[in-house]
Amino acid sequence: MFDVIIIGGGPAGLAAAKKCYDEGLEKILIVERDTQLGGILNQCIHTGFGLGVFKEELSGPEFAHKYIEMLRDTRVEVMLDTMVLEINRDKEVTVINGNGYQKLQAKAIILAMGCRERSRGAIATPGSRGAGVYTAGAAQRYINIDGYMVGKRVVILGSGDIGLIMARRMTLEGAEVLACVEINPYSGGLPRNIVQCLNDFNIPLYLSHTITKIEGENRVERVTIAKVDEHFQPIEGTEIVFDCDTVLLSIGLIPENELSKVAGIELDKRTKGPIVYENMETSVEGIFACGNVVHVHDLADNVAMEAEKAAVGVCEYLKGRKSEGSVDVTTYEMIGYTVPQHIHLPLDKNKYDFFFRVRKIFGPSVIYVIDSEENVLARFNRQYIIPGTMEKITVPKVLLEKGKGNLKVLIEEK
Amino acid sequence: MTELICIGCPRGCHLHVDEENDYKVTGNSCNIGAEYGRNELINPTRTLTTTIRLSGGNHHSLPVRSAHPIPKKLLFEAMEVLNHREVKAPVKCGDVVYADILNTGIDIVATRDLD
Amino acid sequence: MYDVIIIGAGIVGCSTAYYLSQYDLKVAVLEACNDVSMGTTRANSAIIHAGYDPEPGTLMARHNVKGALMIRELCRRLDVPYKQCGALVVGFDDKDMETIQTLYERGLVNGVEFLKILNREETHDLEPQLSADIKGALLAPTSAIVSPWELALALMEVAVENGVELKLNNKVEAISKSDEVFTVRTSEGEYHGRYVVNAAGIYSDAIHEMIGQKEFTITKTKGEYYLLDKSEGRRVSHTIFQCPSKVGKGVLVSPTVHGNLIVGPNAEDSDNTDTTYEGLQFVRKTAVRSVPFISFGDNIRNFAGIRAKNDRGDFIVEESHSVPGFYNIAGIMSPGLSSAPSLALEAVDWLKGKMELHKKAEYKETRKKVRFNQLSAEEKNELIKKDPRYGRIICRCETVTEGEIVEAIHGVIPAVSIDAVKRRCNAGMGRCQGGFCGGKVAEILVRERGISPLDVLQNQRGTNILVRELKVK
Repeated sequence: MFDVIIIGGGPAGLAAAKKCYDEGLEKILIVERDTQLGGILNQCIHTGFGLGVFKEELSGPEFAHKYIEMLRDTRVEVMLDTMVLEINRDKEVTVINGNGYQKLQAKAIILAMGCRERSRGAIATPGSRGAGVYTAGAAQRYINIDGYMVGKRVVILGSGDIGLIMARRMTLEGAEVLACVEINPYSGGLPRNIVQCLNDFNIPLYLSHTITKIEGENRVERVTIAKVDEHFQPIEGTEIVFDCDTVLLSIGLIPENELSKVAGIELDKRTKGPIVYENMETSVEGIFACGNVVHVHDLADNVAMEAEKAAVGVCEYLKGRKSEGSVDVTTYEMIGYTVPQHIHLPLDKNKYDFFFRVRKIFGPSVIYVIDSEENVLARFNRQYIIPGTMEKITVPKVLLEKGKGNLKVLIEEK
Repeated sequence: MTELICIGCPRGCHLHVDEENDYKVTGNSCNIGAEYGRNELINPTRTLTTTIRLSGGNHHSLPVRSAHPIPKKLLFEAMEVLNHREVKAPVKCGDVVYADILNTGIDIVATRDLD
Repeated sequence: MYDVIIIGAGIVGCSTAYYLSQYDLKVAVLEACNDVSMGTTRANSAIIHAGYDPEPGTLMARHNVKGALMIRELCRRLDVPYKQCGALVVGFDDKDMETIQTLYERGLVNGVEFLKILNREETHDLEPQLSADIKGALLAPTSAIVSPWELALALMEVAVENGVELKLNNKVEAISKSDEVFTVRTSEGEYHGRYVVNAAGIYSDAIHEMIGQKEFTITKTKGEYYLLDKSEGRRVSHTIFQCPSKVGKGVLVSPTVHGNLIVGPNAEDSDNTDTTYEGLQFVRKTAVRSVPFISFGDNIRNFAGIRAKNDRGDFIVEESHSVPGFYNIAGIMSPGLSSAPSLALEAVDWLKGKMELHKKAEYKETRKKVRFNQLSAEEKNELIKKDPRYGRIICRCETVTEGEIVEAIHGVIPAVSIDAVKRRCNAGMGRCQGGFCGGKVAEILVRERGISPLDVLQNQRGTNILVRELKVK
């Protein structure tokens, strides 16, 4: 019997395991499907990790390395090359590996499966179906792990961070990146990545554009892009044609929740991840979740911090913490979602963090937290908020205690 | 006055750098921004991350980085040097795999244990 | 010297090879691509039609009804995914209901069993997700869904085990005949045979005209599709057809044997398999007429297939008028998949009129396949104990193991590309579309086939996924 089984050995799983161990849990197991820990960090060879957790700028493998080193001499058990096939409400975890197919029993579970990339089908990009179209992450693996180049002349569809990072990476390796094409009027990536991955190399970013055609029988030979109207429909006459052999897709990430669904965990349609409480507990008692399986983060550091929250939640759960109901956290239109979506009562933390993303670019604005009677409990000024960056507000308990009923988070431009 | 977006951290502050006034930086939230704004106009630098060929082990590609940022204008030249470099497994995270790249005084280090 | 040379390894060529392989004959199959099932068979609606659609008395009517029954039996014997899910042809107005009445009557004449016309309530009881505008429907319970490429593959695998020689990567370039012997020259060499069966799909007119007079013309008609995630796979439980009308044949919405939802096709004269913005828009707009709430955001793949429409309006299943000994199975448009085994038997019968055929003393008729995710826990453990590679899941979306992938690569007809692996064991067919497992399948191909990563193909020749080594030596 394990105190906790952590599903996934990427940044969320590693940070959760470390924290569970620090908090004194005895029997901790990480189940990882790859042959090594670290998850997607291993192929993210660029820097930009660690400022939040380790106060220094690290590459992905270095960030993973720190955690792996910290876990090395602990009692945390790791099952590599092992896939979880099913979990259930009784905290049974069915795993499979080269030794066989078995059921493991845990007192609590932490879901840390991360996310997957949206593929071409999700946006139904028309054209031929030869080689040369890759998700940015798949290309990243071929290049950084396997050591092979996927193309010479590249158009990137979508301006998510992985796509931006790959624009720079492929340019440094001698490829010509002709364009980064984004259907929204704003980039989906972090501003710093626009600067250091596109601007540094004079790669043009086409906002409000999309690919309308991919041509080439066996391999991509040409793509056509066009400007889109406010309904994202291509505008005739605005086409630009690029001769290229490669298209990278960086069109978003989707939390990987097949296991959660089978276990009957309630998901949020907006985040596509489990609905969670402030301690990262899901709708099923004793099953917690953290990282990109809950909502897509821009930074592994935020993932790690969320994982620690889940770990603390597990420890409290195992000590028998009981809640007496909860309040809901809802949003207005321009705030896409919040995590957490519920808060346990009674309020027993000194402060409560809320994470969210906005649906458009905001200049100087105020974020309000109001209660069911529209009383303002807290307000936060922001100079500039963009959809590409996850926003966080921290509300002290003393302010929340004043509220009645459910909470709502909203934003107003000044 | 030059406008910049700080790349020092994910926050991406909008900086104003006043060349006429000793490169005074405004719009920053911390010291990293002040330093970045100034450097970016005088001597822009970037951390180089790439891979180099690994031999004699199970893996063939080793992730590496410059231990500190190097001048931006040297990025491609540094790539050219590293593209021809090969190291032998096993390698430890932090091992220097190429010392003093292009006479910058900055080492290229492995960012992962690989055997 | 072969007794029979079959040109083309689509569903028709594979079926013909399968039945001929039971006889004491030397048979070769020449295929231009690097795998079987690379043309129309790979990209179609995957429906085994009940047979109410073709006009009575046509070859289509006869072969459809007979072929559909044969396929049910073949899928059982060959362990190929097949499900008799039934079909509904829905009507929106009185005109449609008249058409449905016509189809019903045609079906009766054609010998289709269990047909029934449903009223609005009965239709919605069966399929609650259908549009409220629907007036009624024709129910055809014997309509089925199948995995067409797996069927073709299974047929050819058994044929090869029975001694048929499959010559992949052999594009036919010229055909001649002297002293009652055909010489077929391909990109790879020359093959000699007494009889030729032309099953070259959309190229069957061109192949015939390499030696014969022009007797028919094939028009290449493209159809585009959406394939949706399994989360949409239960949107409907029957294949939902619309009535053919002046506006067109309509668009179908159907579950697939793999648990997805397929939506399509449109019809456009075209000789390439590129999907188009307009085509996909049309499919989408037309489909929601019958099933309004399809979540196209859960689309995982678009594809297009080319159908071989011919100028006679019926299948061409006959000996060439200008070249004795040369048998055309051509212009096999819909319901071609449903008819294929029956068409193949027609070719066998023709051959029986030409030469004496003797059944082999022993031949294989069946095939069995490991589908790991369908095994019980005990069976899984047993398999893993024998070979730990069955404990390594490579494709997460479809739960496909390394063992199954290795089997596909070393199978009777070895998989030589990432897509060929997919067609054999479903790796990469799921919602991430190979985003995770593509690289791993590539790695396994490199290891098992002893090739360079640079030679790993996505699909046909020329679709190499990697262009060069990152670092120079």
